[in-house]
Amino acid sequence: MPDSIRLEVTRYRPDTDSEPQRQEYDVPLRKEWTVLDGLNHVKNEVDTTLSFRWSCRMGICGSCGMNVDGEPKLTCATFLTDYAPGPVRVEPLANFPVVRDLVVDLFDFMERLPRVKPWIIRDDDVTEVDGEYLQTPEELDAYKQFSMCINCMLCYSACPVYGLDPTFIGPAAIALAERYDLDSRDHGARERLDVLIEHEGVWGCTFVGECTRVCPKHVDPAGAIQRYKLKAAKESVKAFLLPRGTR
Amino acid sequence: MTEVRTYRRPMSIWWWTKKRSYFVFVMRELSSIFVAWFVVFLLLLVRAVGRGGAAYDDFLDWAASPGIVVLNFIAMGFLLLHTVTWFNLTPQAMAVRVHGRPVPPAVVIASQYVGLVVVSAFVYWLVTR
Amino acid sequence: MTKRRVEPLVWLMFSGGGVMAAVFLPILAFLFALAIPLGWVARPDHVHLLAVVGHPVTLVVLLGMFVLMLVHSAHRFRYTLYDGLQVKRKTFTAVLCYGAAFIGSIAAVNVLARLA
Repeated sequence: MPDSIRLEVTRYRPDTDSEPQRQEYDVPLRKEWTVLDGLNHVKNEVDTTLSFRWSCRMGICGSCGMNVDGEPKLTCATFLTDYAPGPVRVEPLANFPVVRDLVVDLFDFMERLPRVKPWIIRDDDVTEVDGEYLQTPEELDAYKQFSMCINCMLCYSACPVYGLDPTFIGPAAIALAERYDLDSRDHGARERLDVLIEHEGVWGCTFVGECTRVCPKHVDPAGAIQRYKLKAAKESVKAFLLPRGTR
Repeated sequence: MTEVRTYRRPMSIWWWTKKRSYFVFVMRELSSIFVAWFVVFLLLLVRAVGRGGAAYDDFLDWAASPGIVVLNFIAMGFLLLHTVTWFNLTPQAMAVRVHGRPVPPAVVIASQYVGLVVVSAFVYWLVTR
Repeated sequence: MTKRRVEPLVWLMFSGGGVMAAVFLPILAFLFALAIPLGWVARPDHVHLLAVVGHPVTLVVLLGMFVLMLVHSAHRFRYTLYDGLQVKRKTFTAVLCYGAAFIGSIAAVNVLARLA
């Protein structure tokens, strides 16, 4: 095994660069080193001006997502040895505006996440003061996988529909809506459907399926979106067939 | 608040050639052209059948001409891509439940192929009987 | 209350057409576009085929199938133009694609009605 590997890192300094540039760094290639370890080595030992986000280093915080050799990845879970002998291209997550170097602007997502109401909605007056909402293990299993989302934005980066039409609400937000719809304690399915049935809701999705493939937590946003289309279709057929009042 | 000057990267018109899965996706979507072509082809066949034996024979002779045969081979390839991808994506697109229990994706996919075989055998029998 | 929207119904027709194209079309295309013209399967007798196609059940099935498959194609191709080729004129491509499916459906009614 060679003892070093080259990182081709995209740099963008808004005060001096008119567009992103590429900069190369050689970092030690160690069996247990991830791409994030390589970037931290650069930051600590070579070039302190390099900017990137990270926090937990264990695939939970969801802040170190970047495009590694063109694939959206959590850099803390992507090992340099898998790219040996290199070089490894490290770019900011695709489809988002770049703030600086490897840091992208997530404002779009932050703005639309609350639109799908990802919290428990009750249609009665029961609150946590009245005690816990009880749930069986089966009821937990129904939504558990969708609750694993860490908002790392890899799915948005992999989604060409979002890249082409940034008004599309997008994979993670819709998967989170499905997470609450499937929760036995929740009564908000209709309210969320009213949001997602809108044009920028689920209809832009053409089921490329990449969101599901790149998800580091094995959530299935693509599946959630198609199931919303089916739900919306069922409701619409009902609305056309049944007289007002009975629906 | 200071305005942050962000850089928006343009998306190339060739984005779908840069990754295998994107390319397969676009090919899958292009199968729509060939589905439409087969509808037109079958309509022409039905029209010829309605016009009598001579028109029917003429249609089949036309369908055997090299250009049409090549086109139909290509179209058949795209149609099979459509069938395979459609069947594969079904369990993801709808959660199938029997007696309240989720059906495993492999079973959903397999049962669609069973349906395809049954339908195909029936149509074959109906046409060649 | 859910507003009445057209997207879900178009999507439902797209899906129905997709199922039809996946299940019924391969054998029909294989027989009539390849096997029979190329002589792999003997040419069915015209009288027999006319009786099969002219049967009311066949006519209804074929009409439903053709219309759904045309909507399926139009819907999918419309999004391919938008995503794949980045044709950004949404209304124009929608009118073009669904319009073609509509004209095709009229043609299908026309052809099948003559056999009824």
